[in-house]
Amino acid sequence: MTTTNAHPMSAQQQTALKALIEEGLPLDSRPYATLAQAIGSDENSVILTISRWLSEGLIKRWGIVVKHHSVGYTANAMIVWDVPDAQVDDIGERIKASGLVSLCYRRPRRAPYWNYNLFCMIHGKNREEVTAQIDKLTFELQLQHLSRNVLFSYRQYKQCGGHFLKRDTSVASRPEARLHHG
Amino acid sequence: MTQDQSATMTLLHKQLLDRFQRGFPLTPTPYQDIANELDCSEQEVLDALAFLREAAVISRIGPVFNHARAGSSTLAAMAVPADELDYVAELVNGYKEVNHNYAREHYYNLWFVVTASDDLHLKRTLNEISDVAGYPILNLPMEKAYHIDLGFKLDWS
Repeated sequence: MTTTNAHPMSAQQQTALKALIEEGLPLDSRPYATLAQAIGSDENSVILTISRWLSEGLIKRWGIVVKHHSVGYTANAMIVWDVPDAQVDDIGERIKASGLVSLCYRRPRRAPYWNYNLFCMIHGKNREEVTAQIDKLTFELQLQHLSRNVLFSYRQYKQCGGHFLKRDTSVASRPEARLHHG
Repeated sequence: MTQDQSATMTLLHKQLLDRFQRGFPLTPTPYQDIANELDCSEQEVLDALAFLREAAVISRIGPVFNHARAGSSTLAAMAVPADELDYVAELVNGYKEVNHNYAREHYYNLWFVVTASDDLHLKRTLNEISDVAGYPILNLPMEKAYHIDLGFKLDWS
């Protein structure tokens, strides 16, 4: 038996691998082999499977996940616009091309409570820096005529990777069991 | 709130953060390959990454999933009275389906991302959070991504 050939992974193994990599790549010399051992696969299959998820777009990026706050990027604002439906794709693409935002998404309006359909995120070291970026974006793309709102964050309660694990009903997953700050 | 750790970081720490937020090696010996590229030893790379994790500068080395494709997810918002905000935020944090949760300056002052294995699980989770918290949820799923997170360009000045 050889360990260098890749073998197709079962659905169960793939689910297990997803859960493991969400926890982070182990810090040892052969981390993919360590993951493989944990799910009963082989190093090559693990590498190929993660590479495939990347190329298929299931994974946006593979690498170091930085906590913005820890490196001084403590300011972030969500900027929301009410853009006529016929223009939203065009403006979304132009915002992307500006290079000024970290994220740009279209989301539904929820009239009468919520009338904005285009969402951007800008991160910066302080409020002034973020405000300057917003002004620059608004001016350069001529967005002054659109109804807009800026929602700065003032407290970060949680920031971590997404979980796609099946819902379970164990005690540890219940909210009341996880409240530590009572 | 977390302290700014930039001042305690070495050149190696900064190089790692600048160059490996994406394109981390998918090779049998990724840390050795990084060491070769940055002209240092594998152990130095491992120690530097362990330090960054200990210092909470990084949360992990791993994937950023495309939520829209990896399951079902949404951005949710709630309007909570200011004096209840911390309490409700902790309730929301208690759900493992919640991965980002921020207080923001708006009538809708609590904003969180919920991800689940499928649409039904997502809907159930939103309903449960709303029931437990006692406030209605604004459910704003992504309809189209114009620009997604591709890592973070850090300005060390």
